[in-house]
Amino acid sequence: MIPAAFEYFAPKSLDDALRLVERHGDEAKLLAGGQSLIPLMKLRLSVPRYVVDIGRIRSLRSIREEGGWLVIGALSTHHDVESSEMVRLMAPLLAETASEIGDVQVRNRGTIGGSLSHSDPAADYPAAMLALDAQIVAASSSGTRTIHASEFFLDLMTTQLRPGEILTEVRIPRLPERSGSAYRKLHQPASGFALAGAAVRVSLDEVGKIASAAIGITGVAVRPFRASGAEAMLAGKKPSPKLLADASEKVADGVEPLADIHASAAYRRAAASVYARRALEAALARAEGEKG
Amino acid sequence: MATATKLIGKPIKRKEDPRLVQGIAHYVDDLTLPGMLHLGIVRSPYAHARVRSVDVSKALAAPGVVAVLTAEDVQGAIAPIPCAAQIPDMKPAPRPVLATNEVRFVGEGVAAVVAADRYALRDAMDLVEVDYEPLPAVVDLEKALRKDSPRVHDGLADNAAYHWALEGGDVKKAFKQADRVVKLRMLNQRLIPVAMEPRAVLAQYDRGDNRLTLWSSSQIPHILRTQIAAMLNFPEYGVYVIVPEVGGGFGSKLNVYPEEALACHLAIKLEKPVKWNEGRRENFLSTIHGRGESCDMELAVKRDGTILGMRARVLADLGAYYQLLTPLIPTLTGLMICGCYRIQNLSVEITGVLTNKMATDAYRGAGRPEATYFVERAMDAVAAELKIDPAELRRKNFPKPKDFPYATATGLIYDTANYQGALELALKKSGYKALRRQQAALRKKGRLLGIGLSSYVEICALGPSSAMPAGGWESATIRIEPTGRVRVLTGSSPHGQGEETSFSQIAADMLGVGLDDVIIVHGDTSAVPYGIGTFGSRTLAVGGTAIYRCCEKLRDKLLKIAGHLMQEDPAKLVLRAKQIVSKRDPKKSISFAETVGAAYTAKTLPPGVEPGLEATHFYEPSNFTFPFGTHVAVVEVDRETGEVKLVKYVAVDDCGNLINPLLVEGQVQGGIVQSIGQAMLEEAVYDDQGQLLTGELMDYAIPRAADVPKLETFHTVTPTPVNPMGVKGVGEAGTIGATPALVNAVVDALAPFGVRHLDMPLKRERVWKAIHQAPSESAGRPRRSK
Ligand SMILES: Cc1cc2nc3c(=O)[nH]c(=O)nc-3n(C[C@H](O)[C@H](O)[C@H](O)COP(=O)(O)OP(=O)(O)OC[C@H]3O[C@@H](n4cnc5c(N)ncnc54)[C@H](O)[C@@H]3O)c2cc1C
Repeated sequence: MIPAAFEYFAPKSLDDALRLVERHGDEAKLLAGGQSLIPLMKLRLSVPRYVVDIGRIRSLRSIREEGGWLVIGALSTHHDVESSEMVRLMAPLLAETASEIGDVQVRNRGTIGGSLSHSDPAADYPAAMLALDAQIVAASSSGTRTIHASEFFLDLMTTQLRPGEILTEVRIPRLPERSGSAYRKLHQPASGFALAGAAVRVSLDEVGKIASAAIGITGVAVRPFRASGAEAMLAGKKPSPKLLADASEKVADGVEPLADIHASAAYRRAAASVYARRALEAALARAEGEKG
Repeated sequence: MATATKLIGKPIKRKEDPRLVQGIAHYVDDLTLPGMLHLGIVRSPYAHARVRSVDVSKALAAPGVVAVLTAEDVQGAIAPIPCAAQIPDMKPAPRPVLATNEVRFVGEGVAAVVAADRYALRDAMDLVEVDYEPLPAVVDLEKALRKDSPRVHDGLADNAAYHWALEGGDVKKAFKQADRVVKLRMLNQRLIPVAMEPRAVLAQYDRGDNRLTLWSSSQIPHILRTQIAAMLNFPEYGVYVIVPEVGGGFGSKLNVYPEEALACHLAIKLEKPVKWNEGRRENFLSTIHGRGESCDMELAVKRDGTILGMRARVLADLGAYYQLLTPLIPTLTGLMICGCYRIQNLSVEITGVLTNKMATDAYRGAGRPEATYFVERAMDAVAAELKIDPAELRRKNFPKPKDFPYATATGLIYDTANYQGALELALKKSGYKALRRQQAALRKKGRLLGIGLSSYVEICALGPSSAMPAGGWESATIRIEPTGRVRVLTGSSPHGQGEETSFSQIAADMLGVGLDDVIIVHGDTSAVPYGIGTFGSRTLAVGGTAIYRCCEKLRDKLLKIAGHLMQEDPAKLVLRAKQIVSKRDPKKSISFAETVGAAYTAKTLPPGVEPGLEATHFYEPSNFTFPFGTHVAVVEVDRETGEVKLVKYVAVDDCGNLINPLLVEGQVQGGIVQSIGQAMLEEAVYDDQGQLLTGELMDYAIPRAADVPKLETFHTVTPTPVNPMGVKGVGEAGTIGATPALVNAVVDALAPFGVRHLDMPLKRERVWKAIHQAPSESAGRPRRSK
């Protein structure tokens, strides 16, 4: 469990970091919390020649409000997100999701930017990003661009990020009124990652019908996805146990679930439905509890 | 006991903990010697392959590399791994320290690389070029036994390592007289021991003294010394084995491994200290595994639940080679297969099967968890078929307390027991009747509560030498030093169990001194007398008894000396609280310190008494001990996902007298948690090619704190007559009693679906499938909660 030799940089500014990754291109790896990269390097599954540790770039570790958006810097740890009052207020789904990641040590080191860039198919955050219609901001030496969460996750551990780009922050839009959310996760018993994770946001109208619902699913397929069929079934309807059951039956429609020693495709599909329904139930109860 | 007990029986906190929790204890990896080199093993990625060639030239030329060895280099210099088990007609399957012409499991060592530091070592290991010609792998036990199966070892007629059989009573007649025969096929899956500290080895050679020192994370320092001396053909008096702190073993360090011999060989050859550290992935691949037995069991029963006879056919997955005890472990399953029931007609057949996998060997419980699991599952199957309450069925078939010592059909003599007592206490403490009512009420609401019982007997305090390959005694030497402090040297090798504390309690009480006046020394073969080691729940009952007997000798000597000084008959004296007091006149006394001083100054010793205060005892037990108990597990199954929640757990264990209830509690709890692992989570999964799919902790699930509810533990106390303290052993009880209780509970929960049996581990998907593919359609359809 010893990585191959590499050269190590610890830039203090984003510009320096961008210059380094531009110069070294494919041969460089960014290091944030190291909770995914270091194990891969120790197993020599990842053998970068240059490691650019962005951990000293202070400006990337912040949580703030900006024009109604919740903005979370890429270096915010899972613990930062889980314990932030502002996140709990503006996007409680994200705090709840962060609290479900790994163990205390992992949450103290791992970062939101690292998790999203790494894009493990069983990671927790991606489901919430999809359900919250988050925007992901990437910087490169030629400027910044904003990527909608629904377009960010491309394939197995593959995202929209290009070599030379650094994910700098995540922007979460303000929730509609009378919204509730919940994350429910079936843990893979060994790793603790999601075997099936459902992040749900529902918003009610004045008469208590579902104005809109967003369901992000992780752990089930090669990439996280929105259960748009189920969302469509819910929109405009009065919530009832039957409606929730019928809609959640559909969450994994059209996707090809993963299969491994921990769960077959059929089981993942079934678990996704059950956990989506439970998340929906919890989210609705919370939305109904919201005044205004 | 003749001495007033002040410490024995008390829940005294562990003496070893302050250094452990402060991180100031020393494990092998904490040791660094000047000029130390690092050893790494290049391992086979194939389960079965011919090794066409090994090219070490590039590795040898790499920076920092000192040596690279292959099988050729050690041929004749290092003998294969010893196997102590002797079973008639057993086929040979010795493990060479480096693979010769063929590799036979993924992880088998092919080359040994030595370098100046771990970084250079790791880089160089990738440069060893091995040309493999893959061969078909033998993985599945039943397929392995087919005539057309490839062989694990070329020259052997088949893959059956041995057939071992045992018959008692009249089995045919029993089955003829039966109203019913209940059959069950069960798997006790292969497990990985996962000790917190992987193995670690450091070897040092001093040419001047021709002295070889081996530090190893081991459970058996002396056996290791003898075997290393034999393997390397090195004089045993020149081998010094030191076992520092050990971070758990569970049987996985009750062995002799290639790395121990290779590090020694290299230290001698290079005249430099050589260290080897096992990585976690290596630990999964190349440290012994446990269990891996399947069983076809048939019970001949009468309508009223009386068990008339048993037939059991067991296949045991031995792996590719024999480690120290590999072939022996399944035979323990055979010996204990009738459990705590009066089953006098039985036949057991065990076939040891060679496969292209890591060897199995002793893993916490070693053969008994398998036996208990098989018989306890089968008992529940009988209860279900005859519609008898599982508690009633067990009660009906127990031998009675007056039947002890009880001779089993397998040739053992169970020392003493009150199985009914433990069962009744467990039923009472769990609220069994109320639980059954609750279960019925919840079932009406569609909720799946399950209640599982397991009554067990196990075999401990291994054991009389007649039944043990390397002898079954244990040794102690005790020195009362001139200042009155007591040094206890034990041949046992505690590695987490806490015997530094319990042994101190025994010696302190026996000699009338305080706990902190006693130090326990273990694990250093040059300091302590030859010993057998720590395994088989033997350390207190055998090693502790050696200490007890030693203390008796020293006490007698102290009283003799004191009597001489006091002009009093030694028989009229007692030793307590650092005083030797006359029974006739309690005012008449002499201090312990003065008596000890007299023994050393040796000016006023009684005639015929030697100076000094040292005694040695080699204790040979007359029998095993047979602890027993009943465990009750209560689970609730989530019918939508198959998740199992353990809602209540009650354990009643009878390990005889309790020297330290706190240590007992720790052993019982830890054992139950490992059982939760086996019942619910753990399985070493090899694919068809013999690749280990659960090769790391990201894939091999072990229980964590959150998986464990409050474990309610209780005891009945039936002291054994086998040893003077009446202690039996408790190190493995949890892994023996708990696994079947947990599985019985889940199967009970699934009774409405007609489920009769499920194999472990009870993964969520397996349970979910059992619910959703149940034959009874109406019951089987998933129902929404709410
Ligand atoms: C024991 C354990 C349990 C875990 N359990 C869970 C779990 O239950 N759920 C879960 O979701 N995750 C889990 N994780 C993963 C954890 O959340 C990681 O922290 C996360 O996936 C990566 O974040 P990091 O900051 O550690 O990134 P690093 O490991 O430093 O980097 C990961 C990858 O992202 C790249 N990267 C990092 N930051 C940026 C950036 N700003 N811009 C562009 N690229 C970047 C790196 O180059 C690297 O390729 C677990 C990890 C461990 C070790």
